[in-house]
Amino acid sequence: MNGRIQIAGEGLRKEYNRRTVFRDVSFSASSGETLLITGRNGSGKSTLVKIICGVLTPGGGTFSLTPGPHDPPRDQRGLIGLVSPYLQMFEEFSAMENLAIAMGIRGLPFDPARADALLERVAIFPRRHDPVRTYSSGMKQRARYAFALIHTPPVLVLDEPMSNLDGEGIAIVRMVMADQRRHGILVVATNDLSDVDTYERRVDLNERA
Amino acid sequence: MSAPRISPRAFLRSAGSVFLKDWRSELRTRYAVSALLMFVVTTISIILFSLGSEGASPDALSGMLWVVVFFAAMSGLSRTFVMEEERGTTLTLQLLASPGAVFFGKLLFNLVLVTGLNVVTVLLYAAFINGFVIRTMSIFAVTVILGSMGFAAAATVIAAIIARANTKGTLYPVLSFPIVLPLLLSVIEATRKASEGAFFSEAAGEFQLLISYTVVVVVASAMLFEFIWKD
Repeated sequence: MNGRIQIAGEGLRKEYNRRTVFRDVSFSASSGETLLITGRNGSGKSTLVKIICGVLTPGGGTFSLTPGPHDPPRDQRGLIGLVSPYLQMFEEFSAMENLAIAMGIRGLPFDPARADALLERVAIFPRRHDPVRTYSSGMKQRARYAFALIHTPPVLVLDEPMSNLDGEGIAIVRMVMADQRRHGILVVATNDLSDVDTYERRVDLNERA
Repeated sequence: MSAPRISPRAFLRSAGSVFLKDWRSELRTRYAVSALLMFVVTTISIILFSLGSEGASPDALSGMLWVVVFFAAMSGLSRTFVMEEERGTTLTLQLLASPGAVFFGKLLFNLVLVTGLNVVTVLLYAAFINGFVIRTMSIFAVTVILGSMGFAAAATVIAAIIARANTKGTLYPVLSFPIVLPLLLSVIEATRKASEGAFFSEAAGEFQLLISYTVVVVVASAMLFEFIWKD
């Protein structure tokens, strides 16, 4: 351990119904670095994201997350935040309630002031007490950022990060990404290669099918 | 993965929060409560009309009570997992909580729901069905409590299994029946003894079976739940 949080995949493989989605995928990243996951539709980007988040078991290989000495003493779920269009919040509850629920279920104390600040940051503060089901798709995507960041995860995983966002939302996400790069690991799964030069590490799943 | 495991205190808070989330969601949507109550009222009405002015033996009435409870439970208890799947929040829960915390949170929610269901069912059944008399209340009270625990334990893990199937509605009672059969036979027998006025000690065998059943189902479910829940 070099004092910084690290993630590493070694020889990862995943099959669905005997169809190999990807194989022999290896990568590593540590605090301050960004890992880009690219690949055509169906190449397994979201599958790899779920393996990194610990909700899917790889068919082969290993994934490890090694916290640094200054990271909070939590299990893997408490160290990772995920934003993705397929991640649904509890829609009968408001954004504020969702943040409180997320912290409670993680077994962590809820700080309303931090929740306010996050909802302000993603610009849905005025609607924070409305049920999430009344939000537009862009607002839901913004709320997902607050949901993913409420526990200050050292690893932030973004699957198609700009999905459904307008210009203001994209600017907010760019700030979130820049901030994450400063104090943790950022993992981005996307086909948008406009900022490809800014990613230190890259996994191209087209080469791993 | 070398990160530390969740502490017992955080685990309890996590499971309690899963329960509270479901409880508050139920208070807002009343989905499971409505389904359960409608089923109980409808079934008791049908029994009432079928019997008419004719009575039925205490044995038959004891059995019919638990038939109402079984099918009512089957109509509502699967919601706790099926709803997560239908709303797409299964992944959200997987990200937030350990499988154990999800299981025990959902188990607690189903326990509260099925206990409430059993109390309402018993009250309505006793009020409207002629000839249903309980002579040993202590046996009956313990039977309802242990029966509720057993039902909740079995219903929770079966709901988790069927939540991802395409034929959830039909699969749930079909899969549940063989698993809850030992429980059903015991509660029916204990209820019969309560209606005949047996001594409390005479139902000890049924109580032992109900406690053993609940412990075995909860322990086996807790051990297997991660495999059901994760992939």
